[in-house]
Amino acid sequence: MSALTGRYEILLSGSGGQGIILSGIVLAEAGIAEGRKVVQTASYGPESRGGASRSQVILSREEIDYPGVISPNFVFVLTQLAADKYAHTVSPQGFVLADSSWVEAVPQNLPAPIIALRLSEEAASRFGMALFANVIGLGFFIERSGVLRAESVTEALARRVPKHYREANLEAFTFGRELAKQQSGQ
Amino acid sequence: MAQTLLLQGNEACAEGALYAGCRFYGGYPITPSSEIAEYLARKLPLAGGTFVQMEDEIASIASIIGASMAGVKAMTATSGPGFSLMQENLDLAAVTETPVVIVDAMRGGPSTGMPTATGQGDYMQARWGSHSDHPVVVLAPAGAQEMFDLTVKAFNIAEALRLPVVLLPEAVVSHIREAVRIPDPGEMEVIDRYQPDDYEGNGFFRRDERGLAYPPVLGSGFHPHYTGLAHAEDGFPSNDPGVVRKFVEGLNQKVAKNLDLVTDFEEEAVEDAEVILASFGVTGRACQHVARLLRKQGHRVGYFRPRIVWPFPEARVRELAHTADTFVVAELNLGQMRLEVERIACGEARVVGLHKVDGSMLEIHEILVKVNEVLP
Repeated sequence: MSALTGRYEILLSGSGGQGIILSGIVLAEAGIAEGRKVVQTASYGPESRGGASRSQVILSREEIDYPGVISPNFVFVLTQLAADKYAHTVSPQGFVLADSSWVEAVPQNLPAPIIALRLSEEAASRFGMALFANVIGLGFFIERSGVLRAESVTEALARRVPKHYREANLEAFTFGRELAKQQSGQ
Repeated sequence: MAQTLLLQGNEACAEGALYAGCRFYGGYPITPSSEIAEYLARKLPLAGGTFVQMEDEIASIASIIGASMAGVKAMTATSGPGFSLMQENLDLAAVTETPVVIVDAMRGGPSTGMPTATGQGDYMQARWGSHSDHPVVVLAPAGAQEMFDLTVKAFNIAEALRLPVVLLPEAVVSHIREAVRIPDPGEMEVIDRYQPDDYEGNGFFRRDERGLAYPPVLGSGFHPHYTGLAHAEDGFPSNDPGVVRKFVEGLNQKVAKNLDLVTDFEEEAVEDAEVILASFGVTGRACQHVARLLRKQGHRVGYFRPRIVWPFPEARVRELAHTADTFVVAELNLGQMRLEVERIACGEARVVGLHKVDGSMLEIHEILVKVNEVLP
């Protein structure tokens, strides 16, 4: 995070349908609730499922001029393609989270730590769907970075996900936070 | 109560349209503009308005011209491929002096190009896409808040000057999500169409001292004749050279005679700047970032971004050309706004282009490299 402006950059990338864009929206909405300036941008291909998908969020204490990510403090990759393309862009002060259910060759020698967890498999066995991997990742990220309060993210998450998946999403978020606590305890 | 919401650029545009009093949308969905249609399809009926999905883009613009002639504020939204189809009727709106707002959310590349990627290649098309001399005003928002603000402004200009106004966001601006403050009703100016009580001698298209004509709304009791043919003040076609000259010149002088309404730009640290980064849309925000960065390092770099890109803010750019050494014009096309800056700078200042057409935004380091090349 830039000490001057408090600019904090987040880059989430995976495949269309993994919930990458929604995760970005949830973080941006939580940021607004905490009085931050926020920008969320996305890029994806013409297909609605599959294809490379990227969501970027910038949180800042000051007005955000350039809305693109320059040097992300947090990079979350859910496919091998995303890992190969974005893991190395992480800021030296940040960290990378990789879903090793999909990222088989975890990038090495990055400027910052990379944590590889089998998120999609965990999501499938605990919550019935691999789709919850992104929310587990969100919980992990919030717990480890402390950049936003867990309550703000929980509230935004509850607002943005379909009603009948709300409980499962909130549980997945909490599970992600637990994973981060276990990590830091190791 | 005014509220601040996390809105996508396209949603902010739709909210702006509702705020401005738009009550008719006729359109054909196309990426990256579709969320404007989706949002208004839900919201317009609740506001007593009408949403129609038309069969194509030619019909879409025809429908909004018809709605507007009937006195309803109307808009459509599309992207490059649809905007090309709309050109035929865009200048029908211009010559019949019918206010309409058209959003062209720019995707990357010519033809169907890259639907979800960004670009600024329609800059010249927005001004000159229709044939012959015709007036059109074009606004280029740089973020979600400006998608709201400039949509309101687009309707105001359209209604005040009675012409088609184009809102020209890049795909990134259409899809960006930012906090948007929606003002209370009455907080922002909303201009409604002026309707005279009387038209002496059926002078439905007669101009006042501001160069403006106020043809009547259909169904208001007057019986105007609307045509795309060159016409006299009564609206009927004419080939009389004197009438036609007055018709074409009068139409095109509307903008020049009302520059106060159609001049809008943002600038920073330009007074003593040796190098001015000039750009429009979200690309301008990248330039602003770089200009601030270089200022902190002691370089005399400024930033200039027109929010209304047509008419181009010629008077201001001419002044800046006297004081600055170099303009760096950054845009996601091969050099379209650069042509305007070159024309106006006219040798007074050097003009250097920074152009990118791969479907992605300009990145900070790319601009830095270019500016470092030209810094004294």
